[in-house]
Amino acid sequence: MARSMAEGMIAPDTALVRERQSPRYVLQGRAPALQAAGRLLGLDDAPALLRAATGAGGTALRLGPFELLLLPQADDPAGIEAALGAVPHSLVGVSDRNVTLTLEGPWAARILSGLCPLDFAEHAFPVGMATRSVLEKADAVFWRTAPHRFHIEVWRSFVAYAENGIREVARGITFASLAI
Amino acid sequence: MLLIACPYCGPRAEIEFAYGGEAHIARPGPGVTEEEWAAFLYLRDNTKGVLAERWRHSHGCGRFFNALRDTRTDRILTTYEMGTPRPDIKEGEAA
Repeated sequence: MARSMAEGMIAPDTALVRERQSPRYVLQGRAPALQAAGRLLGLDDAPALLRAATGAGGTALRLGPFELLLLPQADDPAGIEAALGAVPHSLVGVSDRNVTLTLEGPWAARILSGLCPLDFAEHAFPVGMATRSVLEKADAVFWRTAPHRFHIEVWRSFVAYAENGIREVARGITFASLAI
Repeated sequence: MLLIACPYCGPRAEIEFAYGGEAHIARPGPGVTEEEWAAFLYLRDNTKGVLAERWRHSHGCGRFFNALRDTRTDRILTTYEMGTPRPDIKEGEAA
């Protein structure tokens, strides 16, 4: 898909883009397993709870006390299994299950506030925070990668629903701002 | 909307959670009698006052935890991790 700027525009200077498929893994395990995965990605340790950390090998999102969502640079499940070795864990490939949406622009946080009960103010949801929550009625992972940029992961069958919801809210709040 | 303090994620909106019934009910072993099994399945205290109950942060970290809720006011007094004993909090107190 061509990434022309005009194509994904949903509000003034704010774009919604459906990213192409990339490798993703869900790792469940206790601290030693999460630590081993963090080190594989070039981190000192697994990220703190509800935080994302990026190393040379990719990004890890700590979605729960015993859960990491791994976004490695290279799709190498055998390499991850080798790094985890005999440490008890569960590693599941979800590359095809999830779709990533990038919402970027000055309206991004306000648009998400119309779909999700989280507080997206920067003091409450700082850059680097990542968590699972709801987007309208669908499960979604939210990761703030920059003050005005969000990485959103939804399940594939919900992606059209999620995009429509985001567009709908964008249309509503920008219309309201024009009317004032 | 209720805010429920997940022990791992902090205060979150009620719609992120799923209810799991009364907490601290031990499943009986294989030598159980019919009466004990029926009690395990069906008999609950139906407390008027502070009730320990299970919740799951199903649209968040995915973990089960326990909460003490006053059933008359819906006020959640505290939340605590699975496997830890019930905190000794009386009616009207908050953690």
